[in-house]
Formats: sequence, structure tokens, C-alpha cells
Amino acid sequence: MLTFIVRRLAWTVLVMFVITALTFLIFFKTPGVDPARALAGRSPSPQTLAEIRASFGLNRPLPIQYLLMMKQLFVTRSLVSYSNQGLLVVPEIAAAAPATLSLVFGAAVLWVVLAIAMGVAAALLRGTLLDPVLMILALIGISAPVVWVGTLANYVSQGTLHNSFLFSWVPPLGYTSFTTSPSLWFKGLIIPWITLSILYIGFYARVLRANLIEVQNEDFVRTARAKGLRESRVVVRHTLRNSMITFVSLFGLDFGALVAGGALITEVVFGIHGVGFLTYEAFQALDLPTIMAVVVFGAFFIVLINAMVDIAYAWLDPRVRPT
Amino acid sequence: MAAITELVEAPADLRPEVVGRNPWALAARRLWRNRLAMAALVLFVLIVVACLAAPLYAYHLAHLSNPLAPNLNGTTVVGGKVVPVMQQGGGTLKLGETPIGPTWDVHHYFLGADDIGRDVAALLLYGGRSSLLIGIGSAVFCCVGATVIALIAGFFGGITDSILSRIMDIIWAFPVFLLLFSISTELLTHSQGFQFGPVHISAGSLWLPTIIIAFIYLPYVYRPVRGQVLSVVQKEFVEAAIASGASNRRLVFSEILPNVVSTVIVLLPLMIATTILTEVALSFLSIGVQPPNVSWGTIISDGEDLLYTRPWVSIAPGIMIVLTVLALNVLGDGVRDALDPRSKLRLGA
Repeated sequence: MLTFIVRRLAWTVLVMFVITALTFLIFFKTPGVDPARALAGRSPSPQTLAEIRASFGLNRPLPIQYLLMMKQLFVTRSLVSYSNQGLLVVPEIAAAAPATLSLVFGAAVLWVVLAIAMGVAAALLRGTLLDPVLMILALIGISAPVVWVGTLANYVSQGTLHNSFLFSWVPPLGYTSFTTSPSLWFKGLIIPWITLSILYIGFYARVLRANLIEVQNEDFVRTARAKGLRESRVVVRHTLRNSMITFVSLFGLDFGALVAGGALITEVVFGIHGVGFLTYEAFQALDLPTIMAVVVFGAFFIVLINAMVDIAYAWLDPRVRPT
Repeated sequence: MAAITELVEAPADLRPEVVGRNPWALAARRLWRNRLAMAALVLFVLIVVACLAAPLYAYHLAHLSNPLAPNLNGTTVVGGKVVPVMQQGGGTLKLGETPIGPTWDVHHYFLGADDIGRDVAALLLYGGRSSLLIGIGSAVFCCVGATVIALIAGFFGGITDSILSRIMDIIWAFPVFLLLFSISTELLTHSQGFQFGPVHISAGSLWLPTIIIAFIYLPYVYRPVRGQVLSVVQKEFVEAAIASGASNRRLVFSEILPNVVSTVIVLLPLMIATTILTEVALSFLSIGVQPPNVSWGTIISDGEDLLYTRPWVSIAPGIMIVLTVLALNVLGDGVRDALDPRSKLRLGA
């Protein structure tokens, strides 16, 4: 087990290295990119450009530049943005992270609770009318693009119905940190939470329902029923535990992907200045240090959580352990 | 004894005929009987045909010679009166311009105009053309490519498998947006297009989003297909084929591939749904389809500024997307039920 963990973590480091190196290469292959010009400001003279190149190490060979940037990112944490002069990149990401984490955590809590409720309800009510109704709702959830649901939510809550009692409490678009005002933090995040979780509720409710039904054919479930337990107890206490394995591993993967910047669209639509929003702005301004930092942030989360999910999966289900 | 002899010697035409049916035919029949999936298939085909044929008739529908061209100074007929497409703003200063809202008249700006005066209904059809071409194209490329790689990895096993799987892991963790931004920036600066050896792709081409989206989802299709290849390779009939001296080529094409194809066929409608949704998100962020081409995603983003005055510009494409993707999901469920009613991939009713 220990060698498995060590091997997975070593693989994580290697993947991070490959991803950052590729990002670096792709950036410098993009035309129109000259960081020295961006840093120099208006109509720079050739001497200014040369000085900037020297001080930022932009005239060194690419591998040296890469190592320099990695050092500034990880060791000294003094990496400076190309487009916003003097802005330190690492603290900026650290400041934006709470917004993303609030958004993703809240949505995750919402979607796990509702998906389990919906999946269990659909499995229990199998054969009645509610089962197909719930599954159709789930299908619609999967089919609606987040972009559109968010835009629609904005239209409804900020536009036509804003003055009615239903939505008058909705604050203007944007994120307020928890320390500034907990009630505004909450009110400003409810609609983004719901928007983000609709897709995942649909998906996970279907996955859970399928797993529950599959597990119901196992022998130990038949034993539980033969003992005379209530159907709901059989489903919740016996089958749910076994079905949660797939659920948990999928959840880990999706959660990691969302924190890493998958919530980009939701953040852009709702004006929440989190890591995804930063990524979007950095890409539009072609600001390599910020791009590199968010890529590292993202890749780190994805790969780490993938490794944790693999380890948890091996721990939860002994049949899966590698030999 | 005599009774038994009589039974055995019954004339041939009284013995029941046993007709073996091809498993694909059986699956097709199961799919045919699934009314919901058939309805979804019809809906999807209708949408595809209506959108792909857009250049043939959209101009006629909107009574405009080129629905994609800006129409800032044009006029249209509403309820018998001629009104300008871009109406002057309200208030005493008459600042700003608002495009005309839905007229609910099929020939003139059925859903209103967007911010540069284009007919939204016609735009929906053209946009659907781009979105569907990219979605279907990339899903097909992705499935074919991932199957090839999975066959190689699963069949040869060992180091090949390790290396290919690791490469897939890296692709899966790679920041998608970087690749897309980089390439779209390249296209914006070089308006002649993209040259890659002998291949020349023009700047406004839909090929680039197609290839990139196909590339991104390779690992997603690769994983289940490789699992299936690995399980088929261990079956007895493959061992029997090897023992009877089958070449690698025959093993792959005659023994393994037919048993893996059903997994891919089940994944295809779901992949088309996923790629369409991805393309919408990317076009919304302006890194997918570039102007002057439109796609459902670009229409939604064009409608953002008009959201509180002319909501239909943003809402209409979303409705089309939901209908298309819903049809694909229902069809995907039906295909999966038809091909393997007891499959572990069952996610629906």
C-alpha cells in the first residue's frame, strides 16, 4: 500500500512538471507575445526594452527562463505579472482562491445532498410514476449548459423579477468575502451554487440510482430483506454504502476539476472574482506569469485529488487494490 | 418404441425452423421498439437537417440576402408598418440603440434582432450548423481515435499500455483553455490562417475547434474502451484464435474489434452531447468559433449585453441546445439499452 502511495505521488510531481513545461512552450510559440513590450509600457525605447529583457531574464535561453519562473513561483514567490506591472501573482491567486473555494464547496454540499436524495428516492420509488419524472428532471439538468442556466438565472433574478418579493434579496453580481459580510456572502452565492450544481445533481442522481439498482441484485440484500427489514432501511443502510464507491470516486474527480478552474464559466457569468475568473483574464491579456500560476494551481489540485481518489478507492474496495 | 420412432420420423416441414439472428439486427429491433428513443432520434435528425441546410433557405426565411451580415441601418415590416431594426433609445436625449424585439412573424425578425441587427432566428439556424458540425465531427474523431489508441494499448499491453495510459492522464490534466486561447490568438494575428506543413486551415475554419475538442476528450473515451479491450483479450475465443495461428491483424479486426465496437457505439451519442456543450462554453468565452461565423455559444454571449432589454437573444439558443442535448441523451440511453440491457454502464431508467 505504501509503495502505491509513494508511486502515485511521484507520478503527480512528474505530471506537474510536464504540464508546466508544455504550458511554457505553448505560450512562447504564440505569436504577438513579447513580454518585454508589455512590461515596458508606452512607446519604449530600444534601451528600455533591452534593460527589461535583462532584468527579467527574457534574453536567456528558454530552459533557463523556465527554471527561473519555477523558482520565482515556488521558492521566492516573487513572481510578477506581465500585464499588471508590479502585481505579485502568488498573493493575487491566494486572494482569489477563497471565492472559488466558497463557490465550489457550497455547490458540492448542495449537489451531494440533493443527488443522494434524488437517487435514493428514484430507486425506492422504482415502478411508480415518480421514478421516470425524477430521471427526466435529472436528464434536463445534464442537458442544460451552465452558461445558459447562469444567464437565465441572472435575467430572472436581476432583471424582470428583481423587484418582486421573490428576488429582491439578491445582491448585485459579485463576491463578498465571508469576513466582510456573512449574510451578503451567502445571499450572493446561493444562485451561483444552484446554477453550478444543477448539472452535477442530474448526473450523480442517475449514477447513484443505477448503482443502487445494480447492488439490489446482490445476495446480501436478499438476506437483509429476508430478515424482514423495511425497504428503506435495506436501501439506505445496506445498498447505499456499496453504491457510494463509484459516487465518491467520481465526486473527487469532479470536485478537483472544478476547483482547478472548471468553475470558470460560472465565475464569469456571475462576476465572481475567483481563480477561474483570474484565469480568463490572464488568458485574454496573455499574461504568462498569471497563466503559469493558475495552471500550476489547477494541475496540482487535479492530480493531487486524482491520486487521493485512487488511494481512497483502493482503501474502500479491497477488490481494486493493485497487486 | 413405435410412438417414438413416429415422432422422430415426422416430415421435415412440420419441424419448426430455427432462424439465427444477427446480434446487431436484434439490437436494432430492440432500439426500434423503444418509442422514446426513436422520438428522440427523430427530433435530433430534424434539428440536424434544419441547421445543416441553413445556408439553403435561411435567407429566404428572414427575407434578407445575407443573414450573417450586420444590418444596422435596415428596416423591417412590423404589423404593416415599416420600422427601423435598431430603434433609438428612450428618454429625452434619445441615447443608445436597442435592436428590435421579437415580432413573432416568421418572415421578419421572428425572434428579434441582435446587437448588430442580424435576424436572431436565422442566426440560430446558422449557429446550429456550426455547433452541430463541430459537435458531431469532434465526437466522431474522438471515438475513432480513442478506439485506435485503446486497441493498441490493450492488445500489446506492457510498456505500450503504460506509456499510452500515462500520456492520456497528462492530456486529461492539461489546461484546455490555454491551448484554445493560444490557437485562437494565432488565428487572429495571422488572418490567412494556420499552416502546419502541407495542411492549410483557413482562419475562420471550424476544423480547429473540432480537432481540439476531439483531442481533449480522447482520455474520456479511451478509458472505458481500453477496459473493454483488456477484458476481451483475455477471453477464450481470442486464445483459440491465437492457437489456430491467427495473425495480429486478424485478431484485432475479426476477434477484438467487433466486441469492442458496441461500447463505442453506446458512448457516441453521449460524446456528441458533451462536445456540443463544450463547444458552447468555449464559443461563449470567444475561444471557440470566431466571427464572422456564429454558433449557439456566440449568440448567447452576444445577447449578454442585451439581456435585460432583449432577453430572447440569449434565451433562444439555450432552448435549442437543451432540446438537442436532451434528445441525444435519451437516444444514448436507448442505444445502450438496445445493445446491452444488462450493461454496467446503465445510468437511466
